[in-house]
Amino acid sequence: MGLDDIFTASVFASAIRLATPYIFAALGETFAQRSGVLNLGVDGIMLMGAFGGFYAVHLAQEAGVLAEPLGLLLGVLVALIVGGLMGLAMAFVSVTLKAKQGISGIGVYLFGLGLSELLFQQLVGTPKSVAGFPRISFPVLTDIPILGEIFFHHNLLVYVAFALVPISAFVLNRTTFGLMIRAVGQNPEAADAMGVSVARVRYATTTIGGMLAGLAGASLSIALINLFQQNLTAGQGFIAVALVYFGGWRPLTVAAGAMLFSFVNALQLQIKVIGADIPSEFAVMAPYVITIIALVFATKRQEQPTALTKPYERGE
Amino acid sequence: MNQAAGTRLAAWLNRLVDFAPVLIALLLALLVSSVLLVALNVDPLSAFGFMLEGAVGTENATAETLVKATPILFVAIGITIAFRGGMINIGGEGQMIAGALAGATIALVLGDVRVPADMAKTPGAFDLLIVTCSLVGGFLAGALYGGLAGFLKAYFGVNEILSTIMLNQIAVQMMNFLLNGVLLDPAEAGFNNIPKTARLVTAAQLPRLSLPLGDPWIFDRTRLHWGLVIAIALAVVIYIFLWRTSLGYRIRAVGENERASSYAGIHVKRQMMLSMFLAGGFAGLAGVVQVLGLQYRLQTDGSPAGFTASAGFNGIVAALFGGLNPIGAVPASAFFGGLLVGAQKMQREIGVPASLITAVNGLIVVFVVSSEIFIQQRSKRRVSLQETPPALADEPTTEEAG
Repeated sequence: MGLDDIFTASVFASAIRLATPYIFAALGETFAQRSGVLNLGVDGIMLMGAFGGFYAVHLAQEAGVLAEPLGLLLGVLVALIVGGLMGLAMAFVSVTLKAKQGISGIGVYLFGLGLSELLFQQLVGTPKSVAGFPRISFPVLTDIPILGEIFFHHNLLVYVAFALVPISAFVLNRTTFGLMIRAVGQNPEAADAMGVSVARVRYATTTIGGMLAGLAGASLSIALINLFQQNLTAGQGFIAVALVYFGGWRPLTVAAGAMLFSFVNALQLQIKVIGADIPSEFAVMAPYVITIIALVFATKRQEQPTALTKPYERGE
Repeated sequence: MNQAAGTRLAAWLNRLVDFAPVLIALLLALLVSSVLLVALNVDPLSAFGFMLEGAVGTENATAETLVKATPILFVAIGITIAFRGGMINIGGEGQMIAGALAGATIALVLGDVRVPADMAKTPGAFDLLIVTCSLVGGFLAGALYGGLAGFLKAYFGVNEILSTIMLNQIAVQMMNFLLNGVLLDPAEAGFNNIPKTARLVTAAQLPRLSLPLGDPWIFDRTRLHWGLVIAIALAVVIYIFLWRTSLGYRIRAVGENERASSYAGIHVKRQMMLSMFLAGGFAGLAGVVQVLGLQYRLQTDGSPAGFTASAGFNGIVAALFGGLNPIGAVPASAFFGGLLVGAQKMQREIGVPASLITAVNGLIVVFVVSSEIFIQQRSKRRVSLQETPPALADEPTTEEAG
């Protein structure tokens, strides 16, 4: 057993696939945090999005009324709506009611965890799988040895996630909306004085964050794993929040962190597969240990939005 | 009525208002869960009826409610300290596991030791020693695990929410590793089905608890154990600690306003670590008490909540529900214990999944923290009406220069 048993093309390919939910969720959380809202409920929103998307696809495929691609798009739509609604609720709680964000996020998480399981048991019952987003085969590209497997044989949502990375960076850094987000997160008083509605911007980013978290959940339930079960995400939403800190609140580095994390995860799975002499528990533990170590080095930097977790009070 | 009594009455009323968010939260959660149940085609009244019956309908049901409440109360006391100190400790699950691992190991090792001759003369002395060592060991292990997150926050600025969540996952894997390895029950070794330790000897077990109120005694032949008494006693101790000692005052001061505390000469970093240390210790106690008092061994099914049954999370809910007051955490934990036990009955009777309770817990958390704004507005009005801010009125007046 050598290193080429571990670093195979399929490990790189699965790292890219595994990164998909983290990228969606962490990009969404980046928007929210850059505007000053820490949404810790991402994992709960992912679970609700995962269930919503799964259930829509499941119904469509059972009834056979929609052609498959349409059913899958319906699933994505439902996940976006469910996630958006939960993001909106989080925004109401943190912006309008000014609740403590760390704690209210845990409430949102527990709510999503419990409700998704409740709905699943009531509406579906036994674990069922759906036909999820199929892998795309590109002409010529997919057939390139090694690179084809790594880059050109994934499902649609994988490509959407990676496409969103530069788009998010562009929106945050080059558009008026992005400027407003950054202003509201860095100096809400000044933004307010310039006529930017702090509340409206934060509502928008937290809702966008919720939608992307919902999509992250759906990317698991209808594209990567193609089923729903209790606590499907197993804490991936919390990792996504950690990745935002780790990535210094910039989409490109956040996505790089997501890639690193999923690469460690893919390696961990591969080590299990080839039966290396490392206890599997330590392999599973490794990404979390690495995340803590990464946070120790990452949070020394002074890039955190100054108004993060601070509700805005207009001085009167 | 003289003036002093009037002031005291006013102070009491003010303290009652602290619990207003809790009541608002409870009513809203009840309302939303009724809507949910109706949407699922279930009659909410019959669902709540079964829950009530399952929670307190029989002597055994009440005992089970209190058994479930015990670890939640330990965690809630710890969370109260952490949240009062401004540390959002989400690591109750991992700290419970750390405490249970250490406590179970101590109990197993000491359980194998032959009773020293001079101790054998006093019946129960060695038992008390084993149990005390296990409890202290469990406390310390949880405390160090929680303190680690406090240390990372204080000296490296690592967000304690994130580090405690990661540490939860790490603890689960560590437990799985140890229970499948060195701690595995020798009787289980050939089959390797369930990751669990050997059973504790009787000497290492916390005794069952029954009350001499009637014949047979109340809670005789139930699983209720002395862990509950320990938890309630510690709730009182921590109440006194937080509100009647200067160290407790310093912890709360850091939680209220870090910068002002620092200017006042309080060692902020030390208080951060201390509040996380204590919070972890109480979660550790929750873990070890589950082992010594209830299961008589440490066992899991390999899943994150396999050992803790999510008490580390439910403790957060109970702490908030208790108004971040250790005394308030006592009825709050009993309430959540009842919810969990009652929900099982509801699931058996009318098939509504018990996961409803997780969702309701989430709602309660959101509602409690959301309704704080109304309390803050109220106290702001009070500040503008009176000369002294009432928040400072009942603080100890000792010098806080240390």
